[in-house]
This record gives sequence, C-alpha cells and structure tokens, in this order.
Amino acid sequence: MSRYSAFALLRNWLGGNTDWDPVWRSPEPASSYDVIIIGAGGHGLATAYHLAKHYRPGRIAVIDKGWLGGGNTGRNTTIVRSDYFYKESADFYDHSLRLYASLSQELNFNIMYSARGILNLAHSRHEVDFQRRIVNAMQLNGIDAELLGREEVLKFCPVLNGDPNARFPIYGAMRQKRGGTVRHDAVAWGYARAADALGVDILQNTEVTGFRRDISGGVQGVETSKGFIGATKVGIATAGHSSVVAQMAGFRLPVASYGLQAFVSEPVKPVLHTVIGSAVIGSYCSQSDKGGIVCGGGIDPYPSFAQRGSAATMEKVLAGIVQLVPTFSSLRLLRQWAGIVDYTADSSPIIDRSPVPGIYLNVGWGGGGFKAIPAGGEAFAHLIAKDEPHPLTTAFGLQRFRDGALIDEAAAAGIEH
Amino acid sequence: MTGYRLSHGGGRIDRGQSIDFSFNGKRYAGLAGDTLASALLANGVQLVGRSFKLHRPRGIVGAGCEETNALVQLEHGISSIPNVQATMIALEEGLVARSINAWPSLTWDIAGVNDRLRGLFSAGFYYKTFMWPDWHWFEWLIRRAAGLGKVPVVPDPQRYEARHVECDLLVIGGGRRGLAAAAQAARDGKSVLLVDLDQGLPSLEGVRTFEKTAALGIWDHGFVLAASEGRVIHRIRAEQIILATGKQERGIAFANNDLPGIMLAGAIGRYVADYAVAPGRSGIFFVNNDLGWRSAIEAAQCGVGVRAIVDARPQVLPELAHRARAHGIDLFFSSLVRSAHGRGRVTGVTIEKPDGLSRLACDFVGVSGGWNPASQLWTMAGGQTKFNERSQSFQPDGLVANVEWAGPEPIEAEPIWTVHGGDEKTMFVDFQTDVTVADIKLAARENYRSVEHLKRYTVLGMGVDQGKLSSVPGAMILAETIGAEPGTLSASKVRPPFVPTAFGLIGADLRGERFRPRRYLPAHEWHVREGAVFEDFGWERPAAYPVGGEDIQAAAEREAAAVRSGVGLFDGSPLGKILVAGPEAAAFLDRVYVGTPSTLKPGRIRYGLVLNENGTILDDGVYARLQDGSFLLSPSSAFADRMVRLLEDLLQCEWPMDVVVQDVTEQYAVWTVAGPNARNVLEALQPSFVLSSERFPHLSVREGQLDGSEVRIQRVSFSGELSYEIQVPAGQAVQMGDALMAAGKPYGLVPYGIEALEILRIEKGYIHVGTDTDSETQPGDIGFGGAIAKKQSDFLGRRALTRRSSLSPNRKQLVGLTSLCGGILPVGGHVRAPSGQSGGFVTSSQFSPVLGRGVALGLVEQGQRRLGEIVEIVSLGKRWQARISETVAYDREGGRLDT
Repeated sequence: MSRYSAFALLRNWLGGNTDWDPVWRSPEPASSYDVIIIGAGGHGLATAYHLAKHYRPGRIAVIDKGWLGGGNTGRNTTIVRSDYFYKESADFYDHSLRLYASLSQELNFNIMYSARGILNLAHSRHEVDFQRRIVNAMQLNGIDAELLGREEVLKFCPVLNGDPNARFPIYGAMRQKRGGTVRHDAVAWGYARAADALGVDILQNTEVTGFRRDISGGVQGVETSKGFIGATKVGIATAGHSSVVAQMAGFRLPVASYGLQAFVSEPVKPVLHTVIGSAVIGSYCSQSDKGGIVCGGGIDPYPSFAQRGSAATMEKVLAGIVQLVPTFSSLRLLRQWAGIVDYTADSSPIIDRSPVPGIYLNVGWGGGGFKAIPAGGEAFAHLIAKDEPHPLTTAFGLQRFRDGALIDEAAAAGIEH
Repeated sequence: MTGYRLSHGGGRIDRGQSIDFSFNGKRYAGLAGDTLASALLANGVQLVGRSFKLHRPRGIVGAGCEETNALVQLEHGISSIPNVQATMIALEEGLVARSINAWPSLTWDIAGVNDRLRGLFSAGFYYKTFMWPDWHWFEWLIRRAAGLGKVPVVPDPQRYEARHVECDLLVIGGGRRGLAAAAQAARDGKSVLLVDLDQGLPSLEGVRTFEKTAALGIWDHGFVLAASEGRVIHRIRAEQIILATGKQERGIAFANNDLPGIMLAGAIGRYVADYAVAPGRSGIFFVNNDLGWRSAIEAAQCGVGVRAIVDARPQVLPELAHRARAHGIDLFFSSLVRSAHGRGRVTGVTIEKPDGLSRLACDFVGVSGGWNPASQLWTMAGGQTKFNERSQSFQPDGLVANVEWAGPEPIEAEPIWTVHGGDEKTMFVDFQTDVTVADIKLAARENYRSVEHLKRYTVLGMGVDQGKLSSVPGAMILAETIGAEPGTLSASKVRPPFVPTAFGLIGADLRGERFRPRRYLPAHEWHVREGAVFEDFGWERPAAYPVGGEDIQAAAEREAAAVRSGVGLFDGSPLGKILVAGPEAAAFLDRVYVGTPSTLKPGRIRYGLVLNENGTILDDGVYARLQDGSFLLSPSSAFADRMVRLLEDLLQCEWPMDVVVQDVTEQYAVWTVAGPNARNVLEALQPSFVLSSERFPHLSVREGQLDGSEVRIQRVSFSGELSYEIQVPAGQAVQMGDALMAAGKPYGLVPYGIEALEILRIEKGYIHVGTDTDSETQPGDIGFGGAIAKKQSDFLGRRALTRRSSLSPNRKQLVGLTSLCGGILPVGGHVRAPSGQSGGFVTSSQFSPVLGRGVALGLVEQGQRRLGEIVEIVSLGKRWQARISETVAYDREGGRLDT
C-alpha cells in the first residue's frame, strides 16, 4: 500500500499519476476463511480491519452482494455526534466520535472529520426544559454539550429562521461542538484499503444465499453466488437486510426495516457552517464541503426493503428544511435517495452472539449506524475474536429484549441522523 | 464574438418583438421566444461560465435540460436563483443573469490557475492529503473554493402551488410517439394527461396538456410529481403511464473538447431551426451516427457555414453524403477529431484521418457521439435496461407495473468514446465537475471499478445535470479501460428529480403555517378577549391571563392561588374524547387499560393507564362508563390522536372485536370549573341534576342541562380541588364560557391557563405523561403496582411488567423533590448519584403560591425507598440541595376534592 501524503501527490503530479496502487485487491474467494464478515459496509470493513490489526485470527474475508460501501455507509447524511442520553450509549458513541477524530491518521486516508457542531433546536419553553434534561445528562456522562439561548443560536447560525412569529419560533438549542460530519465514502474506502493491506479479502459482488451448519448446529460456512465458502466464525453486519440474512441462518431478529431518505441540493457557496436540526419540525441539514445542502428527516412510515422512499416523506422533509432556513426555498433539489435501516424496539443496536454458535451480530443500528462505525468495528472485532462482548457494548445484547433492559434512545435521538 | 442571428427562419422566435436583458452587467437584446442560451449565442457570447474545479472557460453545450456548462444566477431584484441552466430560461424583458463561480470576473478568474495544476487536482486528490496536522486547517479553503451559485439572502418571493391530478393515462413526452399514444387513448374514452418539458404542443381532442412541465420521478402505484414552470407542482395519480421521453445526445472525449464553441450537434440543429441562431461561421461536425449528419446538413441548409463532417465510420448513406457535398461540406470518413485548439474558444481542430493528421480552422464544432434513450424516469420507476450493441446504448428492458416505455428506435452508432492520442487530462467526460478520461483511468488503476465507486470517487455525473451527458460515456470508458465487455457496466443509478427542483416547490403544500396548521380552541376569541397569552401546546392554548403588566409566572401564581381559595375557569377542550361502544367494549378496554373498565358502573369514572408492549406508560387519563356498552375515554390532549390510532390498530390488526371507536375530541369544548366555590358557580346556572356529593360524587358523570344547554359533566380533578368538567358542543363554547364567567363573578372566578394548571398539578403530584415519565417508566414506578397485582386478566404491556428489568430494585421512581432553601429546582436538573453519574432528574418544578415554596417532581433511582433523603441536584454547572419527598405536596388526604 503506497502511503498517501502531499508529497506523494506532488510526486505523482510530475509522474502523470501512474504510480498509485490499487486501493484494494479484487481477490477470488478462497475455499475457506477463519472469519467471514457479511456486509462490506463501514461496520463490516472496520471490523475486519480491527480483527486483522489487533487479533489476527487467521484469514479474514468481507463478503458483499454489491460494491463495498454501497449500503447505508454510502447513503447517509454523514453526521457524527455523541449527544446521547443514557450512559451506555454515551460511552459507546463518544468513543466512536473520538476514534473518528483521529481516523484519517489511523487509516492514512482523509475521511474529513469536520467538527462543525450540531444544533438541535427547541421551539417552546417546555422543549427547552427537555433539552436541559438531555444536556445535563450528557455533561454528567462527560460529553460536551451546551444549552444555547435564542440569541446565541441566531448568532451562531444566522441563516436560521429568526422570525419570532414563525410557525416554530426558536427558543434555544442544544449544541454539541464536537459533532459534525465525516465524508461517508471515505470511511468505507479508508477501512477497506487498510484492511486489504493487512491481508483481508474483500469479496465484492458475492451474494450470501445460505448458511451451512454442522450436526451440533454450529456454523460451517456460507453458500454464496460464487460457491460455498467455509468459516467457523461468521459476523453479520448487513444493516437493513440483517433480518433477511438472519432468516437464512435460521433465526429471527427483533428488528424491522424501513426506508430512510436523504436529499442533496445543487452546490452553492458556503452559507451553512454547522449541522442544524429540529425534532419538532422533523428535518435536519448541513452543507457539504462540495457545497450541496444535505438533508434528512424521519423514516418512511411503513416497513420496506425498497431503497427509494416515498414522495410524501420527501415533501415533508424538504418543507421542514424551508421552515428551518426560509432562504433555502429557492434552492433546488438535485438528488433524492434512500437506504434501508433496521430498527430495534429501543433504537439501540445489537452487538452480540446470535442463537447459532459461531454467528455474531452487529445489527439494529436504525438510522444511526454511520456515527458508530469506528467503535462498532472495534467492539465487533473483540466479540468475534474473544467470543465475549466488548466492555463498551455489554448493554447492547440480544438478551435485553427478553429482560426488558432497553436503552431507549428514541427520545434522545429525536430524529434519525 | 462568433454566434449570430440568421436573417430568416427560427420557428420559435418573434422577430418583431425585441427583448432587453443583461448578462454579467452588460445589456443585450434578444427576441421573444428565445431562451437565455439562444439569445446569448445570437449575441455572440461564447464564454458563459467556469467549471467547478479547474475553472476552465466554458460555453453553451446543449439546448435543453442536459446543459452542463451554462449555469447562471438568475436575479430578481434582491432575490435570485442559483445554478439555473441558461437553456431552460425563457427570455423575459429586463431579465438579469450572472455567471457563477468566477472571481473577480468571468473573463479574469483567479481560480483559473487551478487548470495549470490539473495534474495535482486529479480525481479524489483530497482523500490523499490534508490530513496533517488536521483537516480543519484546510477545510475552510476547500469550502470557499467549492459551490457554484449563491443562496439568496432574502426569502423566496416565488408563490408556489400544489395541485392534484388524476388520470387514466399519463403520457410523459409530447413528441410524435407521445402525441399518438395520447390521441389514441383519448379516442378510447380514457382521461389522458400529457406533460412535456417544452411548449407549443398541438392541442389534442380530449387530452389535457401541461407544457413546460417536467416529470420529476415515478413512485409506487403510478404516482408522479411534475413541476410546471418551476411554480406549480402537480401530484399526478395515473392508472397507466407511457414514457415517450425520447433520446439524448452524448459527446465524445477528445483533447480540449470543452472549449467554448464545441457543442452537441443536435443542440446546434435546434438553435438553428428554432431560434435562427448560428453558433459560428465555420463549423466542423464530428459524428459517429446519421443524426449527426442531419444536424450538420440542416444547419448548412439554413445558411450556417459548415466546413466539414468528420465521421468515425468508413461510410454513410449515399443520400446523406450527396446532400452534404451539395452544401460544399468536406467529408472525412474513418476519421476522428483528435484535439481542439484555441484559447478561451475553439479556433481549430486536429483531425486524425486514415492517411494522417491534419489541422482545420473553425469557430464551432458540433459533436454527436450517439444517442441514449431518455430512460431516467424508466429506471426511477424500477425498470431495467439492456445494452444495445447497435446503438451502443442501454435500452429499457423488461416490464414495470403500470409503466410502458414508448421510446424511439435505437440510433445506430459507432462505438467511439474517446479519441486517443491527446492529453487525457483535457479529455472531458463530465464538463461541469471536470471529470476527464485521465480521472476515469486513475480510478480504474486504483480499483474504483464499480460505476458507483467511479461516480463517487471522481464525482462523475454529480453535477446539476446529474450525468445526463456523462454517465453512459463514463461507464463505457471505464469498461474500455478495465477490459470489460461493453455493456457489462451500466450507468450509475438514476434518482429523482429528473430536473433540479426548488425545495419550496416540492414542499408547496406545506409552506409556512400550512406545514402543521395550528389548532385553535373553539373559544379562541373568548380567550383573546380575556387577555390570554397563547403558546403552542399542540393547540394554541392560553399559558396565562396576565393583568396589569404581570409576566406569565406572576399571572400563573395569582391564577393558581385563586383556584385554591375561590374558583377558576379553565379551557380543557383539547382533552381527548373518544367514544368506545359495542357489545365487547368493556372486554376490549380491559385489554387496553391497566385497570378493569368492565367493573365500572354506568355513570362512574375511573383513572387508568395505558401501556405499550414494553410496559412503558403511554398515557394516563380517565374513562367514564356512559352506559353498559359505551365508554367515553379522556386521554390527555397530547395523546388523543395517537390513542385513536392505537385503538384502531388493536381492533383492526390484533383483536377483531365487536367494538366501534369514534373520536369526538373536536366536537366538544370542555370548561373546567375548579375550586372550593365550583359547585356554587354551577348551581347558579340551574343545572337539571343535583350537584351534591351524595348524588353526584367525585369520579362520576352526568348528562343534562346547564344554563339551558345540553351538557355532559364529569366530576374529575386535575387540580386537587372540587372540579367539574363541562362538555358542550364546540359551537356553544363561547356562550357557556360567558355564562360561567357571569355566574362566577360573585365568587371571584378567574380564568386560568396552562401554567397555573402546572402549579396546581405539581402541588398535588399529578403526573403529566411524557414529562414526569419517560420511555422507561412503568406503572410500578409511579405507585401503580397495586392496581396490576389485583387485576386478573391480561392487558397490553402486562407481560413486559414481569421481565427482569421491570422487577429490578434500581428503577427510577416518581417522587417529590423539595429544595432545602425553598427555591425552585431547575427542570431538567439531574440528581447526582454518589458515582458522579445521573441518579435521576427533575421532571416538573414550579413555585407554589399556596405553600410559599418551590414544589417539584422527579424520577429518582429507588426514589420511593429514599423518602427524606437529601440529594444534590446539578444543572448547567449549578447545584441545589433537595429532599426526596412524597409526590403530593398539598392536601395529602384529598379532602379538598369534596369540599
């Protein structure tokens, strides 16, 4: 793997850009691996990277039915944050945010972590009270959080609708300064490149069609569109299709899949310097470095596996953006798309052993998986290598749905980011 | 200055009507019927913009929605619209447009230096650098350099509109095939709607036609959004859709193929025929298909100087060759344009002929690299495509429910995507985003070999035109580079909208107040008259009724004190009112509520909780049994709508029982008269029933007359005082309010708002679900464990209450919290546990005028076992000492309910 740097760019400029190595190989599948991860998204690739780097369990493959990073990792609105209410979530997601902060150096791939801050607006006195509850929880959890008054909010982000007679006037906002954005594709590519360099086989366009299990029920490998591939440890990191893959392995998951849409406007000169959102309005947006206003909102109201989304949700989300920033009304939508997100009953993930020996789960991220990729990969690698949960994810087991020990972040999350 | 207006012809223009406009501050004249693009060309303006990354000078390339270079900021006074394609702007008198992304001017653009560094700014260069010391050191610079136009600083003045349309058949595209399909369907008696991007379509009998209308996308079940003139959005529901969207021309990548003056051949044909505009005086056409010839010949016929046609193919139909020669056009077969020359505009090309290279001077070039079906809407609808060898294009294939493809026959074309031999760094595939053949080859070398990786890594097709020109050539060049069979890589996924569409237009129906219409109380005017200050609590409700310069807090304390000492009047109309009736109503409600409604006697009322499957409290509220088989539920205001949906969901999806549910929340207003004098006030209005506690006890319901009106009165209390909730038809709300005010005058009756109610309920420890409970709170946590233990039958959420975490001793429980200094505790402050972590939080807090101190409720870990304990409360860096207390701070025995 040739190292990336300004110097390498200069050298290649003179040399006609002929000296760049492939970012990853395109290997043929081996007949068996020690560990197979299904799903070459951020979580799957980060897991393979951490496995190869820290645990060295032998040969590792990441299998994907399509192109790597083509699921929710490449479809989200690129927001990272750790403004969670419960201690379990706060510890985990903040670890992830801290890993993001140094990930460019770790992977030698610029993932463009931009700590431009996240504003969650409050539109009534009672909502300010509620935000105070969250901000105090975050501060006790050791996470930077502030409660801003109306004037501070409008000063920090002048494009917001400051009309006191607006349908949803601004009373204040919650801010996490370290929250921001990360270039989503770069995360998948950076992990893929680093994992490949450590010997991980990334098998794209290889669809898993079934599992093979031995007499005692343990996993022996996976059937794929390119034939059987053996492995005694298989990790599932397939996001919106986790329930489909689990069904192939013979068990059900407590998740339901929904379409979650995102939108981007044509590029314009910088006008929005932070991430803004409102749970009441149900929309949020930020401006990408390229200049497009990237928008999101709530999930589509019905379960679906179609990566397209309904027009009604699009209308609602974009009308909400205009509520947030009235001048964006004349901005034009360039592109709409959707990903499939798998929600659990408490909007928190499942990182745990599955009911099938040798099969492990990293699923149930809902709309919030992207921000969790570095820590999710680290924790999942730990789980697969040691067959026991990472200390940061002991609360995110399957058993909690039987015990009722839910970590219900729905209220804290407000809307999907 | 090369383009000019031809002396005759031009099907769309009106030569009698001159139109003045301005571009980059300079005044020009165009003609009625012109687009901004045609008018600029007619005025000899060749340089119209700069590219995104390299800031290379660019001219108009196309004539329609495929235009990739000519983006302008369209200004209307102080408002403006960024990034509008000049080809899509109908010229208007006084139109003002500016080019974008150039500074200080279009001609002298400092960032043009980027072009010199183009080898450095190769595809994805930013992934490989800017990491040390940190991305934040560089990001601001990158951001400033990126972006195209500017967001206007004033609110959008456009008045958008949404309309709903239904039809049997929607035909998209008003060309020959579209018109024929529409006419035929109309003759068959179908209701037909035809939409087209263009104008001037013939009118067809029985066919509604929307011109200047872009279909943006096709969603499930024949739902289509279409935007007319950027102002009206049509929500079309069609039984059947015919796509007659035609075809789109594509270019060929040769060195410097982005010089101003190099255009699509078909676009030149359109400018000449429709607008009588010649792009120059001496042109060369570089083609690989017959249609390119036709464009050249038609231009020549109209008097445009066409010097040569360069065809990649060895021969052409004799008829075409004959016609071309007749116009004096030189013909070069098996030949290619290898590169274009010129500074800032094309002045010549180098042709690669079988016998070697030669150079030709020219001032414009028409390129036709073949034709793609305009299949974007087809793929958005879920349609597949298949590679067609003959035309080197991806043709719609297979079936899509309710959608039919009626596109043109594929146009035969020679497979020629790039002309080798030139500098690949100047062979542009996507003009706007500056993606070159070199970039695609670099992506391939680095193994970004999926078309989606290619797109994301190089930003191919991510411009304002969304790859209408570049997607297919990009995929084909990638396939060529990596040695894949042609057609095995299709273009990247197409997404709505087909053309860029204003946010305001898409959300036209949800603009301003209509985003979520405010809900007003039936007696709204009455409250205005009484001096209420309103706030949005889901409904516009009086927060308080300040008098004499009071603030809300002072008013609320005065109002609350008046209720305790005399009597108050409160508008509780948003309170849910849901009738549940039928032979199995009682059995059904037994499954819904934690309590047992079936044991309730007619005429009586009970308080109950509703849980979700996790045992979490969804709502609390009372329910009354009106008759044996009918109940009136009173869920809280905020939950009323969801309660109806929950009940319907349970009945329709879980338990098909003989029960009907009717939401009558908005049919009735509710006036609550509360306080020691409440009964006296009602007595003064000649009730048709006895109000004494023996005949009308607490938690019972009566129907009859009050002040001559039909009323239903529930004796329930959310204040802890003797209290009657009077339900009257919504239309009589004001009249009843007036009557109660008049009757209450001798008793000092005051209206009180939400904030006073908050004080009263917190004093009494009455919870507000969602405020004093959260997503974990179960009945046992608020002292309702006993009700569950007694109940025999199953109910929603019961199973969850026996799970391990429900039985844990560490749960957060509802308690009272009393500040040791008597002050008001901060809502949202947390109880600091010994570990330093959160041990709970303050959920509600107010100053109690009757107690002369703060009162508060909170959810505290193991709270009910820690009564009397002193805890530290922290909020935003400040601290308070508080004692954990009973939830009820005032009138613990409840004697005041029965004064």
